[in-house]
Amino acid sequence: MATGEEEGVTVNEMVLRIDGRDVRAPAGATILEAAKLNGILIPTLCHLDGLCEAGVCRVCLVEVKGEVVPACVRPAAAGMEVETKTERVKELRRTVVELLFAERNHICAVCVSNGHCELQDLANEVEMHSVRVPYVYPRLPLDATHPRFLIDHNRCVLCGRCVRVCAEVEGAHTWGTGERGVRARMITDLAVDWGKAESCTGCGKCVQVCPTGAIVLKGKAAAEMEKDPGLVAELVERRGLA
Amino acid sequence: MPKVKLATVWFSGCSGCHMSLLDLDEALVDLAGRIELWNSPLTDLKDFPEAGVDVTLVEGAVANEQQREHAHRVREKSRIVIALGDCAVTGNVPGMRNGIPTDRLVERLYGKARTSNGAIPCGEVPALLARVSPLHEEIRVDLYLHGCPPPAALIGKAILALLEGLSPVLVGQDLKFG
Ligand code: SF4
Ligand code: SF4
Repeated sequence: MATGEEEGVTVNEMVLRIDGRDVRAPAGATILEAAKLNGILIPTLCHLDGLCEAGVCRVCLVEVKGEVVPACVRPAAAGMEVETKTERVKELRRTVVELLFAERNHICAVCVSNGHCELQDLANEVEMHSVRVPYVYPRLPLDATHPRFLIDHNRCVLCGRCVRVCAEVEGAHTWGTGERGVRARMITDLAVDWGKAESCTGCGKCVQVCPTGAIVLKGKAAAEMEKDPGLVAELVERRGLA
Repeated sequence: MPKVKLATVWFSGCSGCHMSLLDLDEALVDLAGRIELWNSPLTDLKDFPEAGVDVTLVEGAVANEQQREHAHRVREKSRIVIALGDCAVTGNVPGMRNGIPTDRLVERLYGKARTSNGAIPCGEVPALLARVSPLHEEIRVDLYLHGCPPPAALIGKAILALLEGLSPVLVGQDLKFG
């Protein structure tokens, strides 16, 4: 390393190499944080500023000396060599996104989130031309029992943002994951209808953070649902929850 | 320069993709001088010329037996196959029936409909496939044009690149579904 990046590095900092460039990051940073601080963007989906990392979507995969790791949960380390743009990780990310599309029913043309959807944007970012794995076309329900919100499981990517915002920021713990594997489904309270979930305060934070058209406000027509997931980082900062 | 032979096919879609093609407006005049349009809903020719065509644009998902058969004929007779629009690329709205048994579907749509006197069409209309598929689950596809419908400018960009003998470079918003 001869870029001078190591000059003046304090005990609270480290120098690592990302995409062939020496970069500085605070001790304890994840690869994702270290990259972001240095202007290197890695695509993400389940990550949301202000919430704990879940590491469940596998969209942020990078290579560390040939090993494929999720950048959002792998701590960066001094001297680490990270590659974020190899053909291998690009192909893996694209496949991960294709799997997300194949396992539920995403029909963007008639979706309330069309044009304002993180999954839709992500598909463009990873250059998904077609879904090369067979579509599952599962029959899934929609729960519209809550007076103001609804969840359409056809569009859920199981990112768990709703679970985390509800527990970590609202403190209500209404959302959870029921079942496992391909049968996994987001549930409210002990798998009762959302309208009957007594712990729900009706704050609507899950609506704002859900990256797709899964949790939405009622009464929206196609392409009308716009969200503000950035509100979480703001709340966390103002409430001193970080 | 020999004209490029083009065909277009309409499977299970709403014809919106063909409308979008027509939305190329004055660019169509330029195109008309450089292409030869063969079988297409726009010419009403039903089948490919014996020697095949250079490019076939396919609108719609594959939803019945006749379409499945014709999809294979498309592949056999075209040098380049383009999936035109979300129905051909993903199954889109026609795919929403997947998971519902076809007999229940037909019974609900015709058997209980007041307009059909309970008569279920058979014989003259092809049988539904149990599962609607995007085109590439049936045949090899060379290029995907996303959108419901794909914007005219995107169709134009792809066709013009192919006329120049280049492979169209589709990135960013070119790949947006919906
Ligand atoms: S949630 Fe996003 S990707 Fe899924 S159908 Fe809606 S707009 Fe498309
Ligand atoms: S409902 Fe939305 S926020 Fe919750 S897991 Fe599904 S996609 Fe994520």
